[in-house]
Amino acid sequence: MASRLIPVIAILFLGFMVLGPLIVLIPMADQNFILSDSDWAALKFTIFQAICSAFLSVLIGWPLARALARQNFKGKQFLILLLGAPFILPVLVAILGLLSVFGHNGLVNLTLSALGFDSLSIYGLQGILLAHIYFNVPLATRLIYQGLNSIPQERWRLGSALSLTSLTRFRIIEWPVIRQIAPQAFGAIFVICLTSFAIVLTLGGGPRSTTIEVAIYQAIRFDLDFAKAAVLGLSQFALAGITVILAVWVLGNAPSLSGGLDRSNTFQKISTKMQLFDWSIIIVISLFLILPLAMIFLKGIGHFSLLGPKILLAAFYSIMMALTSTLICMGLACALSYKWGEVLGTLGIATSPLVIGAGLFLIIRKFDNPFDYALLVTVLVNAIMGLPFAIRIIRPAAEDIRRDYAKLSRSLSLTSIGWTFWVFLPRLRKPLGYAGGLVAALSMGDLGVIALFGGSDFATLPLKIYQLMGAYRMDQALSSAVVLVLLSYSLFFIFDYLGTNRNA
Amino acid sequence: MLDASFTARIDGFTLSAHFILEKSGVIAVIGPSGSGKSSLLNAIAGYARITDGHISWKESPIHMKEASERPIATLFQDNNLFPHLTIKRNLALAVTQWPWLSLTHKTIVQKSLNSIGLSGFENRLPSSLSGGQRSRAALARVLLQGRPILLLDEPFSALGPGLKDEMLDLVAKIANEQNLLVMIVTHDPRDAIRIAPKTLTVIDGQVEGPLSTKEALNKKSGPLSKYLQKKP
Repeated sequence: MASRLIPVIAILFLGFMVLGPLIVLIPMADQNFILSDSDWAALKFTIFQAICSAFLSVLIGWPLARALARQNFKGKQFLILLLGAPFILPVLVAILGLLSVFGHNGLVNLTLSALGFDSLSIYGLQGILLAHIYFNVPLATRLIYQGLNSIPQERWRLGSALSLTSLTRFRIIEWPVIRQIAPQAFGAIFVICLTSFAIVLTLGGGPRSTTIEVAIYQAIRFDLDFAKAAVLGLSQFALAGITVILAVWVLGNAPSLSGGLDRSNTFQKISTKMQLFDWSIIIVISLFLILPLAMIFLKGIGHFSLLGPKILLAAFYSIMMALTSTLICMGLACALSYKWGEVLGTLGIATSPLVIGAGLFLIIRKFDNPFDYALLVTVLVNAIMGLPFAIRIIRPAAEDIRRDYAKLSRSLSLTSIGWTFWVFLPRLRKPLGYAGGLVAALSMGDLGVIALFGGSDFATLPLKIYQLMGAYRMDQALSSAVVLVLLSYSLFFIFDYLGTNRNA
Repeated sequence: MLDASFTARIDGFTLSAHFILEKSGVIAVIGPSGSGKSSLLNAIAGYARITDGHISWKESPIHMKEASERPIATLFQDNNLFPHLTIKRNLALAVTQWPWLSLTHKTIVQKSLNSIGLSGFENRLPSSLSGGQRSRAALARVLLQGRPILLLDEPFSALGPGLKDEMLDLVAKIANEQNLLVMIVTHDPRDAIRIAPKTLTVIDGQVEGPLSTKEALNKKSGPLSKYLQKKP
């Protein structure tokens, strides 16, 4: 049977990774414990943009979820499935896509200038919000859609039997569900945007729109001001304290990531005006989500010849690192597949990768050159970042296995190793495959700690793309982005396929 | 012999037992549902801790041992086979946890499969077998564990009456051949009469006996009279 040793090791490791940086940061920050004006501005901006992003995402996701819940059309299930895709879309790929639509030479600005208008800038708050909306509208939509779909048909039928006006129907039937789900969706998106790094780094475009994460990065990377990085890291930690409470609350009630139920709403009469509204929403948001990706493929696919050995090497590093992160993350997730483990694992989503990264950077700096440890640190941090998702997927199945087969295994005197390989892992195959796919894809596309540590010797594919963007080599960046997006989704589907059990 | 004298608090419910069983033979465990029959088996097998007292087998105490180290094999109500492993592997786990089987182990497993009429099914998954075949495979598995005490917690309750009788007879035959002590929980007095000369009764957490099965099941004077008369 499962021994106690493994969970203890997992907790110690997690504790070291999450609390270690905190312990290092406190003495480093002794003199400058006061936040400077620019740090305060960063803190305020961090919270402000997260609130705006969450609010807008829910506000846009809600009518789309409504439209999807009451309209039936061919390909609806596919569209809903597609709404799950941005979750593992590499951030830089989305940014490149948004730039090709909304950027300086993007579709929108080309149209505007053709019509004689001034061009719009994507850099700054508007760009950050745009990218956050791009990633989180699908999430908000899925959450609200699942909520709306959980309303029993009978209630709609009753509503139409009583000939309620559409306003009353909304108030009595829909609003109670929205009131419950919308704050959850808001909370989840707020937490995600609070620690958003790559989007702010690339689209922030100046000191006025800098978050704490980016400020930490700049303090270490450009100013070598470790005391400042420490203060910023601690403020992010304090923010994380609030976030942990939010995240535990959100994850405690969050619906699953899987698609909604296939139920059609036949009892709801919709006016022609609403019909028109629904369809415009569906079409506009679908275009908003699909167009940037389509642009990447259109512009990137012609330039594969530009991909030099350095980019291929970066791709190779990225794959190897994603696989290692996944392996570590799955090991931790299995060891922590208990209720208390889920709470601990949630720390990963609350503490930011940049803070952990900065802490580890400062720890390693005392012994050796931190830049030599870029790959190791990135792998470990990505493993921890994937942990909350992995545990959420794995825990229910793990608990079923323990409930159903612990007695039989004890009766057979199975050792921990025997239990793990004959019972636990084989029966956990499906959730393990799915979770592994998610974590592998997330690690593959991540631009976080590696930006802090990475030099020119060791670059992951996302870092390489970031460097290419910085050097205005857009063609190369775009074709690398195509490679990245293909690799990320391939990893996800390969893992998920390996998890499908062919004989039971 | 199995000497049990203990009390156990299991999920807020108290079980107390004082009995001595011979070292072989089939003993039925009968009582109303919720009276503590399964708890009794759990305490003996080591899935529940006893609060005080002792359980000894052949003069040596076993109650502080881990379930996996007691001289006991158990057939549960369900989940007796791993559904993702072949029948052969399920049986082999009773003798080895290595992925590769030695020649001796191969022979043992094959012999056991033959003896229960499942040769040819070794590479099938439990789900592709009939209920009766699954029960036989599970029985073969506990026998392969080679432990002197066999606990059966209503393992055949999902089978039809004909198949159930067949399995009970098989258990009685094997217990006799291999000199095993078998304790079988049942809610059907006919099962007890069929294979168990002696019976332990469990009523409201009190274990009594062993009595001869006839005496225990006597509708007028037996300890279970209230319970038996309620039934139509």
